Amino acid sequence: MAAHAHAEHHGPPLAHQSSRVEAGMLGMFLFIASEIMLFGSFFTAYFFVRVVAGTPWPTPPFHLPVFVALINTCILVTSSFTIHWATQSIKRGNRAGLQAGLVLTFLMGLTFLITQMIEYARVGFAPHDGAFGTIFYCLTGLHGAHVFVGLSILFFMTVRAFRGHFSAESHHGVEIGGIYWHFVDVMWIVVYATVYLL
Amino acid sequence: MKLPRSEAEAYRLLLLTIGYFALIVAASWVNRWLGLAVFIVLTLGVLWRSFGRRDEPPPTRHVEHRSTEGERRILVIANETVQGGALREAIAQKSAGHRAHVLVVTPALNSPLRHWASDEDGARANAELRQAASLRALERLGVEARGEIGDADPLQALDDACRSFGPDEIVISTHPEGRSHWLETNVVERARARFDVPITHVVVDLAAETEQVRDPD
Repeated sequence: MAAHAHAEHHGPPLAHQSSRVEAGMLGMFLFIASEIMLFGSFFTAYFFVRVVAGTPWPTPPFHLPVFVALINTCILVTSSFTIHWATQSIKRGNRAGLQAGLVLTFLMGLTFLITQMIEYARVGFAPHDGAFGTIFYCLTGLHGAHVFVGLSILFFMTVRAFRGHFSAESHHGVEIGGIYWHFVDVMWIVVYATVYLL
Repeated sequence: MKLPRSEAEAYRLLLLTIGYFALIVAASWVNRWLGLAVFIVLTLGVLWRSFGRRDEPPPTRHVEHRSTEGERRILVIANETVQGGALREAIAQKSAGHRAHVLVVTPALNSPLRHWASDEDGARANAELRQAASLRALERLGVEARGEIGDADPLQALDDACRSFGPDEIVISTHPEGRSHWLETNVVERARARFDVPITHVVVDLAAETEQVRDPD
């Protein structure tokens, strides 16, 4: 900070911060790091139940709806493509692309969440049906909660996009929301691969 | 490990994650032990990419000059060694025939824990004290300068100052070899490789009260 700048500044002192990482971005990194630790604790429980205790996965007589989850995975991964398209569009000043990308991403995220709720209703076991059921619901439910949060963020991003916010020069809100949505997708890939496929 | 710093980087991370798990799942369907082997190989590859390539120097950055006609912008970076005639001579030599506009950057040295906790107030307060002393020392030498507090990493502090100040010359003031942490970490050479402006190294031995100018050539 320039030594002579103090005299011109009004209000509370400017916050000290490193220039290596922008403050908002650092906040998102710390949030995602805490989320990785949260998911990590559930995956540790999964590891102990399945590998250390040797619990059959899925525990008979239950079955996991692998195909429905695969369709859901495709929907969620596609939603990452559309939010990437939305971000790239606004970087080029294409507002229609941003709006269409955000609406499509929101709709696909909502479809994923509704499909997961239908899956819960039909899967045939509950969280109290042994360690397998508990871990399944904890991991997929925790992820579902994150999708819900992501949908809330997407909703406000979409509303802002239709109200004329964001531009080629100023689209930080889209970047941050996009990072969160990709994080949600990355976590689903991990959950789907470990819980349903491996 | 390098975290994604933009939506585009997060998108690439997602694609890599899909590829990573697709290979592991496909291999484990062939044979469970093959799946484990693919997991180990890919994970080691990811770790090597993340932690094993830190020594690659960053590309040279073009510094936009912001000096007006008849003006010479000189960026001085020093922790506590802005004293002595050598520095004054270096500045006088660099700005010969021009009006010198000098910016002194003092890095806010901090512990790694405090840095990551964004607890920089103490480090900045200390840096401001050192900087005030540096500016007084330069004033006594007849050099008019203004000050700025920079990042704890001298290269990062230079990078930030280059963006906002647009210098024509950079002067790095250090302690002599053996007592300078910056020389131990090759700050001067790394700065010369990183910025496309002339960089002068001024060695100030505060204990022996001697100074020395080391130009690149």
